[in-house]
Amino acid sequence: MNASAAFMSLYSRRLWINRLNLAVSRLTMLLGLFWLGWLLLTLFEAGFKALGPALFFTMTPPPGASGGLSNAIAGSLIMAAMGTLIGTPIGMMAGIYLAEFGSRGWLAPVTRFINDILLSAPSIVVGLFVYEVYVIHTRHFSAWAGTMALALIVIPVVIRTTENMLRLVPDSLREAAAALGAPQWKVITLVTVRAAKAGIITGILLAVARIGGETAPLLFTALNNQFWSLDLNQPMANLPVVIFQFAMSPYENWQHLAWAGALIITLGVLVLNILARVFFRNKTPTY
Amino acid sequence: MNAAVLQPVHETLTQKIQVTNLNFYYGAFHALKDINLQIPERRVTAFIGPSGCGKSTLLRTFNRMYALYPNQEARGEILIDGDDILSPRQDLNRLRAKVGMVFQKPTPFPMSIHDNIAFGVRLYESLSVREMEERVEWALRKAALWEEVKDKLRQSGTSLSGGQQQRLCIARGIAVKPEVLLLDEPASALDPISTGRIEELVHELKNDYTIVIVTHNMQQAARVSDYTAYMYLGEMVEFGVTDEVFIKPKKKETEDYITGRFG
Repeated sequence: MNASAAFMSLYSRRLWINRLNLAVSRLTMLLGLFWLGWLLLTLFEAGFKALGPALFFTMTPPPGASGGLSNAIAGSLIMAAMGTLIGTPIGMMAGIYLAEFGSRGWLAPVTRFINDILLSAPSIVVGLFVYEVYVIHTRHFSAWAGTMALALIVIPVVIRTTENMLRLVPDSLREAAAALGAPQWKVITLVTVRAAKAGIITGILLAVARIGGETAPLLFTALNNQFWSLDLNQPMANLPVVIFQFAMSPYENWQHLAWAGALIITLGVLVLNILARVFFRNKTPTY
Repeated sequence: MNAAVLQPVHETLTQKIQVTNLNFYYGAFHALKDINLQIPERRVTAFIGPSGCGKSTLLRTFNRMYALYPNQEARGEILIDGDDILSPRQDLNRLRAKVGMVFQKPTPFPMSIHDNIAFGVRLYESLSVREMEERVEWALRKAALWEEVKDKLRQSGTSLSGGQQQRLCIARGIAVKPEVLLLDEPASALDPISTGRIEELVHELKNDYTIVIVTHNMQQAARVSDYTAYMYLGEMVEFGVTDEVFIKPKKKETEDYITGRFG
């Protein structure tokens, strides 16, 4: 066999291996998509049936009566917003510390390590923690407790994305700002953070999407409320816990509401994800 | 043109930067070895030499850029206008406001063209809106960029072409009116036309500023500089009037490098 024939046999063998791997990859992708598609189809089918304007304007009903989810939607929005509002500045500042000052000393690596653990901690642990340190002492469930639990989930996500996005900013940009005589805090706030803005906002949006659907941390903290309440010191209704309760109930109208609630959360998360993508794509600077 | 006549060998010049027994370390690596050098005021001084010879390292000691990083250390003495800038008492931000720097890759800030220039000015001066507009125009004119951007000052600095971005960075550097301008291979990422414009700019700027330029391009050093330093492996091999260094270098190593037998 001459050299050229040897080459051709090697080449055709690789071609076949390539085809085989590509086919297997495609199959696994289809397998994943299949379940996702089925899940969404079921959700849309059952959810849209229960969806209507009354859903947004009437409160969660007792069994058998008709009603909506207005108190749960409002509660979820309030607690997610408050959790994000509290968690974002803390997370951003910690992320800035890790990225801009984290190259020396022991504090940064320790913080980073603990943050990695927090990031992957089951959210029920966060709920139990807030229950233990706050709910037990105040002797009742409250929206504040729910907010704290959600903020604790937001913080590690924001820390991680802020740090990663700041690390993507080239050092040459920091040097250029420092070379003009800018003190470090101005270099960070006016140049580095601004260069990483799109990425950081994307991270925050994804954190909001994450807490939008969290049930476990709210179960031990905000619990639920059958009535309209905006008092942060009282238990507050919220979509995930309502879904949890209503879906497990034997009452058909509750089950329909649970489907509708699940659909609302899913659509909300979908919108947030699309927003995050659009933001990141349009605003990523070219370095 | 016989530049040697324009730049007499023994002209008496004010020395802007005086380097004495400078040693530089990246951790344990000894990057600059006993550098002695005097850089004259309002002239262009070029550092040439093969990659890794320490020319950028030397440049970055003049504004203490290296101090941003741990494990980088300079020992010796660098006087700028008679003040030892390596002294721990030296305020780094004030030093850098006086000694500007332009980098190899254009680094526009993520803000408008106008704000890119106003950023540095605002750090040390408080100007009215009108004065700031005048300053921005002045800097952009100096950097030969005004005509191209005067109608889009509010657009992002990152939207410009590479050559324009680099001239924006030069404008940003001169807008704060420094006394010394350090150029670290300012044209190596640019096309020949943009390079030509930047070289013209350097020629013009030396009337007002002391310029130190690091370059890989020997023709560029010969074209733009009055004085040339040839460095090799962290040592200053030869320093003198550019024409002498290029036409009859004193050291064999310099001649080998310049004629392309080495490097």
